[in-house]
Amino acid sequence: MGDVSEFSFATRMFLKAYPWRRIDPVPCAPMRKPLAESRIALVTTAGFHLPDQTPFDCEKRGGDTSYRVIPNDVDVSTLLEAHRSETFDHAGVQADPNLAFPLDRLREMGLQLAPRHLSFMGSITAPGRLIAETAPEAAQLLADDGVDVALLVPV
Amino acid sequence: MCNQAVSLIAAELERRGITTVCVILLREIAEKVRPPRALFVPFRHGFPLGAPNDPALQRRVIEAALELLAREDVPAYGSFTIA
Repeated sequence: MGDVSEFSFATRMFLKAYPWRRIDPVPCAPMRKPLAESRIALVTTAGFHLPDQTPFDCEKRGGDTSYRVIPNDVDVSTLLEAHRSETFDHAGVQADPNLAFPLDRLREMGLQLAPRHLSFMGSITAPGRLIAETAPEAAQLLADDGVDVALLVPV
Repeated sequence: MCNQAVSLIAAELERRGITTVCVILLREIAEKVRPPRALFVPFRHGFPLGAPNDPALQRRVIEAALELLAREDVPAYGSFTIA
């Protein structure tokens, strides 16, 4: 079960005291066309990157808010995982990146895929820069690619 | 933290006209942050789509998430249950 009881006492106390950002108002972009005709992009926060891309900066105070562009023709099995969090078991996503970046599943489902997908690294405790800079930039990148829908998967 | 990050990114995508759905591992955090659409999953952290090398389960979770895309009564949430 995805539950805070999985975490250490210190982590649970941190989560309890943390000032979560509240999205208000909640924006809504209605579907423009049926799913089968929609262009879909994947966004993960599992910290995946291509072998030739710079890994995420695990030392950055407040978290690394940058993202990596994953091309649609990627071989998913070649993705490397650089997530800094010690609050979860990394073995699953390392054994099968589809667990948090399910591009192979979307391929099997015959959906229309975007040319580019995105990978962030979670553990962003100070999301100011994510909200002000990198998330808007990433959203514009997907909009420029004509993306209609996005599936977002945390870890 | 990952649950907050995907929620904040989803909000930004919606503002640019992209319909989103987030897989969410911690319901209580999503209810505070309020992503537009979310599927709550009963899996451990690190295993958002269930299990590695289990394409059938991963696909079932994805299909359940994608079904929420049609919802316009945001925030719109659903739960994945293992049958």
